[in-house]
Amino acid sequence: MQYIMMKNVVLRNGIVYDPLNNVNGERKDLFIHEGRLVEKMDERKAKVIDLKGKVVMPSGVDIHSHFAGGKVNMGRLLRPEDSMGHEVSKTGLLRSGSGFSLPTTHLTGYLYARMGYTLANEPAVPPMKSRHTHEEFNETPMLDKSGLLLLGNNHQVIEYVAEEDQESLNSWISYMLNATKTYGVKAVNPGGVFAWGWNKYINSLDDEVPCYNVTPKEIISGLIQGCATLRLPHPLHIHLNNLGNPGNYETTLESMRMGPMHITHAQFSSYGGDSWKDFCSEAEKVAKEVNRRAEITVDMGQVVFGETTTITADAPFEYHLSQLTGMKWSNADVENESGGGVTPYTYRKSSGVNAVQWAIGLELALHVKDPWRVYLTTDHPNAAPFIYYPRIIAWLMDKRYRDKVLGECHRWALERTTLPSLDRELSLEEIVVMTRAGPAKRLDLRASLSIGDEANLAVYDISPEETEGEKIEEAFSSAAYTIKNGDIVVKDGRVVREINGRTFWVKTRTEKDIKEDILERFRYYTIEPENYIVESAYIRNGVELDTK
Amino acid sequence: MKHRNVVCCVCGAVCDDIEVGLVGGEIKVKNACALGRARFQELTNEDRIKEPLVGGVHVDWDQALDKAAKILKNAEHPLIFIGSVTSTETMRQGIRIAEYLGGVVDSHPTLCEGPMIMGIQEAGMPSSTLGEVRNRADLVVFWGANPLQSHLRHLSRYSLFPEGRFRKGGRRDRKLVVVDPRKTKTAEIADLHVQVDPNKDYELMSAVMAILKGNDVGGDVAGVGRETIYELADLMKNCEFGAVFIGLGLASSLGKYRNLERLMKLVRDLNRFTRFVIIPNLGHGNVSGFIQAMTSASGYPFGVDYSRGYPRYNPGEYTTVDLLRRGEVDAMLIVAADLVAHMPRDVVRFMKGIPIVSVNVSQCPTALFSDVVLPGVVAGMESSGTIYRLDNVPLPLKKFVEPPFSFTESDEDTLRQLFDRLRC
Amino acid sequence: MKEIRLKPKAIPGIGMEAENISPDMFAEKSLKEIRALDVFVGNKKKKLGEYFTVGGEASEKPEDLRIVIRGDASKVKRIGERMSAGEVIIEGDAGMHLGSRMSGGEIRVSGSVGSWAGMEMSGGRITIEGDAGNFFGAAYRGRGCGMTEGEIEIKGNAGHNLGGNMGAGRITVGGDSGEFAGVGMKGGVLIISGNAGLRVGAGMIDGIIIVEGGIKEMLPSFKERGRVDGVKGLSGAFIGYEGDLAECGRGRLYVRD
Repeated sequence: MQYIMMKNVVLRNGIVYDPLNNVNGERKDLFIHEGRLVEKMDERKAKVIDLKGKVVMPSGVDIHSHFAGGKVNMGRLLRPEDSMGHEVSKTGLLRSGSGFSLPTTHLTGYLYARMGYTLANEPAVPPMKSRHTHEEFNETPMLDKSGLLLLGNNHQVIEYVAEEDQESLNSWISYMLNATKTYGVKAVNPGGVFAWGWNKYINSLDDEVPCYNVTPKEIISGLIQGCATLRLPHPLHIHLNNLGNPGNYETTLESMRMGPMHITHAQFSSYGGDSWKDFCSEAEKVAKEVNRRAEITVDMGQVVFGETTTITADAPFEYHLSQLTGMKWSNADVENESGGGVTPYTYRKSSGVNAVQWAIGLELALHVKDPWRVYLTTDHPNAAPFIYYPRIIAWLMDKRYRDKVLGECHRWALERTTLPSLDRELSLEEIVVMTRAGPAKRLDLRASLSIGDEANLAVYDISPEETEGEKIEEAFSSAAYTIKNGDIVVKDGRVVREINGRTFWVKTRTEKDIKEDILERFRYYTIEPENYIVESAYIRNGVELDTK
Repeated sequence: MKHRNVVCCVCGAVCDDIEVGLVGGEIKVKNACALGRARFQELTNEDRIKEPLVGGVHVDWDQALDKAAKILKNAEHPLIFIGSVTSTETMRQGIRIAEYLGGVVDSHPTLCEGPMIMGIQEAGMPSSTLGEVRNRADLVVFWGANPLQSHLRHLSRYSLFPEGRFRKGGRRDRKLVVVDPRKTKTAEIADLHVQVDPNKDYELMSAVMAILKGNDVGGDVAGVGRETIYELADLMKNCEFGAVFIGLGLASSLGKYRNLERLMKLVRDLNRFTRFVIIPNLGHGNVSGFIQAMTSASGYPFGVDYSRGYPRYNPGEYTTVDLLRRGEVDAMLIVAADLVAHMPRDVVRFMKGIPIVSVNVSQCPTALFSDVVLPGVVAGMESSGTIYRLDNVPLPLKKFVEPPFSFTESDEDTLRQLFDRLRC
Repeated sequence: MKEIRLKPKAIPGIGMEAENISPDMFAEKSLKEIRALDVFVGNKKKKLGEYFTVGGEASEKPEDLRIVIRGDASKVKRIGERMSAGEVIIEGDAGMHLGSRMSGGEIRVSGSVGSWAGMEMSGGRITIEGDAGNFFGAAYRGRGCGMTEGEIEIKGNAGHNLGGNMGAGRITVGGDSGEFAGVGMKGGVLIISGNAGLRVGAGMIDGIIIVEGGIKEMLPSFKERGRVDGVKGLSGAFIGYEGDLAECGRGRLYVRD
């Protein structure tokens, strides 16, 4: 009874932003009854909070963050020095933790919640290790979670593509999603990670994948079709081929023409030039193509200067990066499926390449006209840890604030990008779209304040007219309130209640039964098909979404 | 009753194809190795502990839990040691207790595999799952590892003999190299046995690394002839996909974690020429699981001190043997491990003087040493959970029989109940 | 210079952590305030005054303050951790992490010291009359860079991993060094007057190691580069080596001829 009471809240006088309902800065009262937004309620049975002078919006949604699973933990293991000096003590309420670029599970939940975020999408689940991702999901409080399954280098996927058997491919994707309790399909350097298993490299969409006589283009195409046929809530989420290399924007433009997809951390795929010497930004061209194609969305992958850890399923990329820097490097090839690597990296203002990378993320966000199709991310922790989102918001909203950094970094950022010429300053409404309504819509998960919706929202102590970057950053760094399913979980930037979020996955169905085929293809796994499956009981607060 | 695809948690290879039949009071096991078969007989062990003990006297469950909680609450620097033949769920509970108490939590890596982990932290570990080796490898190296005695089905199930997706010929498609000072059983079937002098692995690796970088090493190194060293370097460089498995031989010989650091760097360098991976043959069942659970909870893999309210890590400082040897522990909770049997004599003497609570399946020296003994539940037979294979592949431990008592469902449950006592 | 005198009394068996024993923390404080500073015994926070008698007088600034500890402090960890100025004199043995991450000032120990002393120090000076534990002046686990500046003098023998990953500064050892002295060195000078243990200079990229005594066995990835006369102010003949070639290193290792 008492607990239900806590989920009854009246929020008075807040200035509300709810883009999915076309509410743009209106003063409104919100009523939360038993965790859901309602028209009206008995205020005597609720906690009443006056939000005069504060803004209210749906809580944050991170569409791409490597915050849980085998690779992330491989990074934590590799880097005790990332934890040492970044420890957080237990309190009477909260668990302890550590980590700057790779916070531990509980700390991850707390840090997101204090920024007003309550949903994060882990975009790189290796199927065979999905149980590990779920184990960490279970240990990550405060957040709702979803995971995307790595299928771009899955041998069975490639085989079906080679056999031109789309129907079986659909069934295989369906089987894998259901077995691993994941939410959608991710492709990382399709074909390229498989090829690297033979020390071979794939740099274009038309290169041949060794052993199978298929191209990345065919793999991507098969996966796009699979996502559509299975009616997945999220389209193919892709880390493009040729990522991180000068001149790769051409691969990006070519990939976009293939159909609906979400191109993640587009910053790493918007490079011009032929080498690191004439490296430059082609963000404008990439953004223009995004503007032309309604079925394409991107997220930024914004760089913030400083030390971080890079983690990706693009194993050859990590190997190369470690060869460039001489830093330690861990790798984890997953049989028949995927790869992954980790290496520390420091983005320096004094580096021309890093300065251009920094500018590109902002250019993308400012050149893409429709905020519903470009989302704020740092590809956590690859371009920066997620704790920097408030700073990035401030850079986007205040030209003076970002120009200050521009003035401090290598002149290439001035000379080889369009950032200096960009005067656009995003409005608060646009930020709300980029950080919650937009990514939620693309994931087909709710992030609105409609009547009947679960009350997941964030309140920030900021005036809608605020234009000063410093103040914007400060306000978004510590939410005045974060409310999750009606519970006040953060107050004044401090976590006041620990709750366990949910994990979403999709239930899909297909026409063709490939059970026999699955067993046959499992011959080359070292575990039994039965033990491959993650039972739904394993997942704390699991929510199955039927795509029927 | 027959149970298929049962997961075995004796060693790090975690076979998941075991068949267990329960016929009357008898247990029939298929597919498991000798070590695994013995483990499944645990269910009918005559020395099974079925009742809680305080000071050697049978008491009821609540009394035992109260006493255990009292001991741990009163301690200023308790050490929680979680063995590896249990689920990660149990481990997480143990970690939680250590954090709550402000104690230290540690597990088997501190005794055996720690140097492998510390090697990773210095160099990084280019690795893969076992199936990747089975499917792709044409060169398999065992360095200071002897799977025919430590991981009995390693060669037949994963690394040498089985057909792989791209190695249809199995053994015929692979070369086997063993680097070991001894003529081990594995060395006997090797295509090349590099008989390095004891404690000289580091020198041999250094020579190979220098050769890979275009340098010449004058003569013999570490008791290995110049020609053999070049042969080894050539084999490694020119294979299509190589894998080196490392064993405790390397982790426990002179140089300890530096050996692993260097070998991981050697493997890193080999990736300039070909694809090469390195996989530690972690010895105990769920060692990997402990490392994963500990790291995701604290940022550190083992030997974590919570005395200041936040996690700290520094092997040699906060690790079990070092703490006990320096007398920096004033109470212990030992779960699913016969720690006393594996400790040096001076440490055992110190342990005698401090209160110990243990969770044990059957009688053992640790149980005899304990002030409070809580009956253990056999993981993977009487309780479910998660286990990680030595290559970090997570697998489900599945319950198929009831424990012989009703006061607890699993070691995880026991620790949760204990945690609740500590909090009130 | 003003002086605060500490005398250990009944240090508990489980040891303690006392990073507050540092001129930076004592400066400007009365004796009463110093006695009230925190020390940590296991999971309990205690007062410094419970375990030490405190006498003398503190200065206003840390650079004018000398802390003298008379007695056995071998179970006291983290003395002088992160100190930036002043002096700490220990007349006896000291525990782990002495002067860990210090950036300035001076620490002198008349006895021996535990492991991790001077870890990642970035300035100042540590002198040990007796023997030292492992990882003196080294980097923390996993970090590429150890000591970046400052001076360490060990008059007795040093343990393993001395000066691991050091980037700059100077370490001298009067006696012998353990295994892996100067491992992963990237710069700076390490002088061992006695014998160097196995694998000296392993993984070194740059910097100078001088061994006055003998080296039992040189790593095969070091190459002899000929005889030199005098190195870094030390006269006489040395044989020079370059390494560690396993890591493409260009470090210099000189051994007395």
